[in-house]
Amino acid sequence: MNGQPNMLSQEARARIDREVAKYPTDQKQSAVMAALRIAQEEQGWLSNAAIESVASHLDMPAIAAFEVASFYNMYDLRPIGKYKLTVCTNLPCALSGGVHAAEYLKRKLGIDLNETTPDGKFTLKEGECMGACGDAPVMLVNNVQMRCFMTPDEIDKLLAECK
Amino acid sequence: MALIEAINPLLSAGWGKGDAGWGIGEYEQRGGYQALKRILTEKIAPEQVIAEIKASVLRGRGGAGFPTGLKWSFMPKGSGEKYVVCNTDEGEPGTFKDRDILRYDPHAVIEGMIIAGYSVGAARGYNYIHGEIFEIYDRFEQALAEARATGYLGGNILGSGFDFELFAHHGWGAYICGEESALLESIEGKKGQPRFKPPFPASFGLYGKPTTINNTETFASIPFVLRIGGEAYLNLGKPNNGGTKLFSVSGHVNKPGNYEVPMGTPFATLLEMAGGMRGGRKLKAVIPGGSSSPVLPANIIMDCTLDYDSIAKAGSMLGSGAVIVMDESVCMVKALDRLSYFYYEESCGQCTPCREGTGWLYKIVHRIEHGQGRAEDLDLLLDVGANICGRTICALGDAAVMPIQGMLRHFRAEFEYHVEHRKCLVPAELQKAGSTFHTRMMAGAPC
Repeated sequence: MNGQPNMLSQEARARIDREVAKYPTDQKQSAVMAALRIAQEEQGWLSNAAIESVASHLDMPAIAAFEVASFYNMYDLRPIGKYKLTVCTNLPCALSGGVHAAEYLKRKLGIDLNETTPDGKFTLKEGECMGACGDAPVMLVNNVQMRCFMTPDEIDKLLAECK
Repeated sequence: MALIEAINPLLSAGWGKGDAGWGIGEYEQRGGYQALKRILTEKIAPEQVIAEIKASVLRGRGGAGFPTGLKWSFMPKGSGEKYVVCNTDEGEPGTFKDRDILRYDPHAVIEGMIIAGYSVGAARGYNYIHGEIFEIYDRFEQALAEARATGYLGGNILGSGFDFELFAHHGWGAYICGEESALLESIEGKKGQPRFKPPFPASFGLYGKPTTINNTETFASIPFVLRIGGEAYLNLGKPNNGGTKLFSVSGHVNKPGNYEVPMGTPFATLLEMAGGMRGGRKLKAVIPGGSSSPVLPANIIMDCTLDYDSIAKAGSMLGSGAVIVMDESVCMVKALDRLSYFYYEESCGQCTPCREGTGWLYKIVHRIEHGQGRAEDLDLLLDVGANICGRTICALGDAAVMPIQGMLRHFRAEFEYHVEHRKCLVPAELQKAGSTFHTRMMAGAPC
């Protein structure tokens, strides 16, 4: 930590401690995935300082926490828009409009995949299988909310909900 | 909500109320926790429980089809730290059954895991849930709280002297964590990179302790197996393929969704239950067991029954029971292009043949699809594939190669046409019709 103050709020730290309690006392590191998710939710994305704060709270080396943050693809290591929309375009979804849904979003938002709208509101991502292929097209809003059967009409509704 | 229809439903029998029926009260009304109560009050010996599971010939529902009772019997006897782990890292394209199990029947999984804990002598368990279904993870946490409050989890369960605690752990976007040793690494708070085997989890698992790890559907089946008895469960299916199974049907059918049918049900019956082919188009091919299983053309799959043995005999795998249905509008090169990208994207990077090889495979398929293919590319694909298969720590390498082998076995002419004519054999207009939104399902359907 190099003596820097921990950038996580008290509330975030309390939530992380509830995760830590799930594991044997000598296995605090097991909570790192949930802790990084909580930090990302609070900070919007995971800066090096945020990752170091998580590592310090869990008494693990910062590099070990960074390894985890960079391995799993739902952690954002760069700033993103207020709403991150991740569209599944894998084969089962593609057979029922998944690629069309992604194309529609690109046109509607005027951005390509992995880009953010100039007003910082939306980031568009292509996702891999979300395990909901029967409900295609499927997308995630900010990692945690799944939206199904996303036709252009439903996409319009979703975009209108995002204030 | 994925549609449900079933023949002899066990797992899905209580799903009729949809999201209103998952709570502990509803589950108990359906006979839930009866199997656990009977075991604990009648003090049935763990060996006897395992013998019943063995008799049912319940085989692992995650894809490998390994007999569950046999797996449990590998755990060392005696006391000492041991773990039970559930694999709900459901990310094999085409598979979406575990999401519905946890959504409509989380307590079946909890009861199955407690019984597993009792049977193998473990006092603690974890359910590793795919990060993409975070709402389901939240629900599972609520179900755990209910089970704790009712006394099914914690110390001295139902006064039996048996202690068991269970927790939820979420993934955060890594297909590889569906591989059991990668999943264990992930619970330990590390990158999800598979371990060398042996040692297997039964001797060196979570935190280096003996661990039994099963798929969600496997655990959810345990209470039902014990309620009706091992032999009755086996008889629901066919010899060597006990019970019923959930099949996730996606792609070009009228009613995509989960269907529970007895093992050994003809594929044609499942296709009919799923509403038949969409838009009156003809069935071209089916990927029968998740994206890693080799594709089977219509004439072969229509003669198959849905069980481990029949699909294996046809040259593919039942896998997770994820049935991806493709009609005549699908360009097989394009389909393979997307799947090859997936394995390239999801290789964990640990073993050179997979890390480099999946990239090469994708690059070659991609150039064929985009009219840049060379005559020697098809043999090159098979050659690269042969140098990945069996040369990596885990099965992801093989999983990337099998779809390619299947496509070239059955649809080589389409790939050759692409190379020669630099375009698809399937007309563009027809392709467009098959890849568009499926409007009939959408009308007012909630998630």
